[in-house]
Amino acid sequence: MAERLVGADISPPDLRAKITGRARYAEDFRAPGMVFMKLLLSPMPHCRVRNVDTSRAMALPGVIDIMRASEVGEPSDRPSEEMLTDEPKYEGEPILAVAAVDEETAAAAIELIDLDLEPLPFVLDPLDSLRPGGPNAYVGGNQFSGQDGWTEYKWSQAEFDAIERGEMPNPLDMPVQWEKGDVDAAFAEADYILTEPVVHQSLTHHPMEPRSTMAYWENGRPFVYVSTQSAQRTKMSMAGALDVDPEEMTFVAEYCGGGFGSKIPGHTHMALAPRMSQKIGRPVMHRVTRYEENYIGRARPGFQSWVKMGFRADGKVTAIDLIIVQESGAYGASDYNSAANIADLAFTPENMRFRGVSMYTNTPPKAAQRGPGGAQIISMLEPLHDKGMREVGVDRLQGRFLNAPVEGATFGPRNSELTSIHAREALMEGAEAFDWETKIAMSGQREGSKVYGVGFGLSPFTAGSRGYDGLMVIRPDGRLYVYQGVGNLGTHSIADTVRPGAELLGLNWDQVEVIWGDSSRGMPRTSIQAGSQTTHAHTRANYAAAEDALRKIRLVASRRLGGSPNAYNVDNGVVSGPGGRMSFAQVAEAAIQMGGELDGSTLPDTISERETVPAAQRLAGQGLMGVATDNYGGSGSIYSWQSGFALIQLDHETGVVDILEYVGWADCGVVIHPRSLNAQQLGGSIQGMGMAMTQRWVFDSRYGVPFANRLYTARPPGFHDVPLQMTAGAVGIPDPQTPIGAKGIGEPSVGAGAAALNMAVMDAMGGNCLCRTPLTPDIILAELEGRPGPWNRLEQLVG
Amino acid sequence: MAELESVGVLEKKYSRRTFIKGVIATGATVSSASYIVPGPNGLRAATVQSSTERLITLRVNGQDRRVDVLPHETLAMTLRYKLNLTGTKLGCDRAECGACTVLIDGVNQYGCSILTHQVRGREVTTIEGLEDADTGELSVVQQAVMDEGGFQCAFCAPGFIMSMTAMVNQNPNVTREEARHALSGNLCRCADYDKILTCAMRAAELARSV
Ligand code: FES
Ligand code: FES
Repeated sequence: MAERLVGADISPPDLRAKITGRARYAEDFRAPGMVFMKLLLSPMPHCRVRNVDTSRAMALPGVIDIMRASEVGEPSDRPSEEMLTDEPKYEGEPILAVAAVDEETAAAAIELIDLDLEPLPFVLDPLDSLRPGGPNAYVGGNQFSGQDGWTEYKWSQAEFDAIERGEMPNPLDMPVQWEKGDVDAAFAEADYILTEPVVHQSLTHHPMEPRSTMAYWENGRPFVYVSTQSAQRTKMSMAGALDVDPEEMTFVAEYCGGGFGSKIPGHTHMALAPRMSQKIGRPVMHRVTRYEENYIGRARPGFQSWVKMGFRADGKVTAIDLIIVQESGAYGASDYNSAANIADLAFTPENMRFRGVSMYTNTPPKAAQRGPGGAQIISMLEPLHDKGMREVGVDRLQGRFLNAPVEGATFGPRNSELTSIHAREALMEGAEAFDWETKIAMSGQREGSKVYGVGFGLSPFTAGSRGYDGLMVIRPDGRLYVYQGVGNLGTHSIADTVRPGAELLGLNWDQVEVIWGDSSRGMPRTSIQAGSQTTHAHTRANYAAAEDALRKIRLVASRRLGGSPNAYNVDNGVVSGPGGRMSFAQVAEAAIQMGGELDGSTLPDTISERETVPAAQRLAGQGLMGVATDNYGGSGSIYSWQSGFALIQLDHETGVVDILEYVGWADCGVVIHPRSLNAQQLGGSIQGMGMAMTQRWVFDSRYGVPFANRLYTARPPGFHDVPLQMTAGAVGIPDPQTPIGAKGIGEPSVGAGAAALNMAVMDAMGGNCLCRTPLTPDIILAELEGRPGPWNRLEQLVG
Repeated sequence: MAELESVGVLEKKYSRRTFIKGVIATGATVSSASYIVPGPNGLRAATVQSSTERLITLRVNGQDRRVDVLPHETLAMTLRYKLNLTGTKLGCDRAECGACTVLIDGVNQYGCSILTHQVRGREVTTIEGLEDADTGELSVVQQAVMDEGGFQCAFCAPGFIMSMTAMVNQNPNVTREEARHALSGNLCRCADYDKILTCAMRAAELARSV
């Protein structure tokens, strides 16, 4: 019997390369005659380039060329990001690019460029832009629609007066609003109502690998080496950016040093190196520094919010009224919409009102960051929910259990359904692993100046999609070659999504070869690596291809050996049945001889003609081909759940928080790779802790300049910020709507980790909710000492 | 008026900064300050133009390597761009992340923050030098990472592995707590910390049994 592949800890096939220095990330590629490109970044948060004099720079020996915005995009007044711009919207936005023989010469040339800039008004904090007469991020206003162009959206003074009085504002006609149930009636009947302003900071992604790119052209064809989460999808967007036939391009993305949402289908500035290379006719390395990464590397949008929650005496949440003002940076973001949906899903209020506005600001661009919207809102609402439980006198954990959704729950303005929900199991199994009874008994206990706090969170996020293609070939060496279009972003999904299909074919893992990261080898139509959809989407796609391969193996065997195809079974690389047995090597040979659909000479018309067909055509005639589209269908959204439990100590003298223990528990269907699943849960949870406590998004509000622009100042968590030992596990109930039963898990953990920490800090402060992040010692101490902090309660950009 | 005020503020700021002369009125040299970090000796790119490379011999992974090096060139840059040893990564280029960690005479140091000229005559070990060149056998630390399935994106992995190597060489009886301290100069943005510590403990175990 071949080994079980699903549920086993099998290290990914790229691990050896990663730990011997052989793995090549984008900046590790070289090409003969390669030159370097550097960007000139805007020194102002909003300005217009009146004139650029490059003569002194061009005169510097070694400088090859300079590329301006007009060469890579059309000027437009839309809020759409271009690779280079003559009207920078944030400090650090690239204005032009210089190519030179080496990096230092390129940098020196940038020093020699004479810029004449016209400063323009700018705004950093969305509330400033909402004030009557407040500044706008764009010359034309602070809201844009294709229909109306630029407009101004302002709140009246009455809203700001209400905010001053500590009340929830009541703005009418917000750009996004929906309501379900009867919110006002539910509040009228509620036994307890809580109203709080909550601030969630924005924060930079800062993946470990900055977004460098190397590119060259040969015979009119581009070769590009990039850092991206996705592979096939990024290939398609790169081909679009370069205006070339995707099949004419060699696209290499073998490794990616993290993205967390900032490199989903590539990124805006990814096409600069190939464009420069095209211009100068030489290979170009665009090495992005950490400092540049801070600016062009994307950030999670922060929220300034008001939350009103109604509770019944038994602890049931009966109504939520939520306002979100989103700090959307220079080019917009949409986290607030998923935040509202997830608030409804996670707490099942039945009566819900959401009002939201996305505010352009002159800060670095925002993008999805691991659990976009969901992570922020869970981090913000769990402590408030907990506060509600304390007020109505219901056990904290039981109350959360009561408000968690069960099978059949619907959510959001369209009452969306889910394929499966095991939120309560994730909560209670996590609580058990955490030893809730013992830990909750420690809550509030003092040891010297330190007080124990216990917190938790229950966090959902999207976890799948349907309808992509799988592509694999069994070659005459008897091995299965699986062609992956998914990116290699550190989740191990390039390999793990292959396992159910390989298991169906009765193969041991050492009989399987995963091919990824190089478009010249063939990539089928693939999802983006975002929304935690890969595990679900591509276990299905690969399983569909494996079913196709199995059907063809049986066909070959029955033709060669006689008997009905269905009488043949596979195991250990051998097909056997009534007529005898054949090795997969023999099957592959036979398939090539028989041709037709068996070796991919003819292809099914269900697969993507634009993407999978060209990939399959490269491989036709090389062996027995399995190729198919995921037609398993299904209805409803696919979500996974993560619970997280934290025990902390808060030092009331220093404001320092020490996280002592953390447990994460997931509902993500069938577990494919336990060790990697646990790593995803804990890694994501730690990112959530960083979001809640260590990370910073701090600006000099006078000049519009970020202070937290490097790793040291932006402070992603380090070893000493996290517990010495952490635990994770999973519910393991299969999702009934996918043949494999597996869902993704990358994202919900961020909200769980952040919420657990936020709530634990609140607990260690006797139930006093700070209702803002980051929870820096300064902010905590000010609260503990009952003095006002040097910031406004609702201010963004402090930390 | 808020808008006008913010413009005025900018004007003041940029006319004050010494390296930008009269941006508003006349146009001037603007430093984007975006490029390579000047390096510990504080040289700026514009001034390094005049500096010249010198041919030196480095001892890297047990071999003598002849290489032309600028006076202010960092070891990480020499390794990556002159010796093609790209296993040493640059995560920050400024002593903030540890992705560039190499061993100098067995001690883990940030390759981005040490000048190449400073390591002449010293033994430099990079991630590429850990495997046995003849047999392909992995070092105990690498083997431990294989055993435990360490790292996610692994951009931090070479740096961590070098720090772990120094750690287990120094103390194969290291505790989990001590290992955390020994590795705290390395950052993992995927936050695979729990598994990295498990790898470290496995590495120490393997080191003890050699
Ligand atoms: S690159 Fe040297 S410490 Fe980050
Ligand atoms: S594994 Fe990605 S930074 Fe460590």
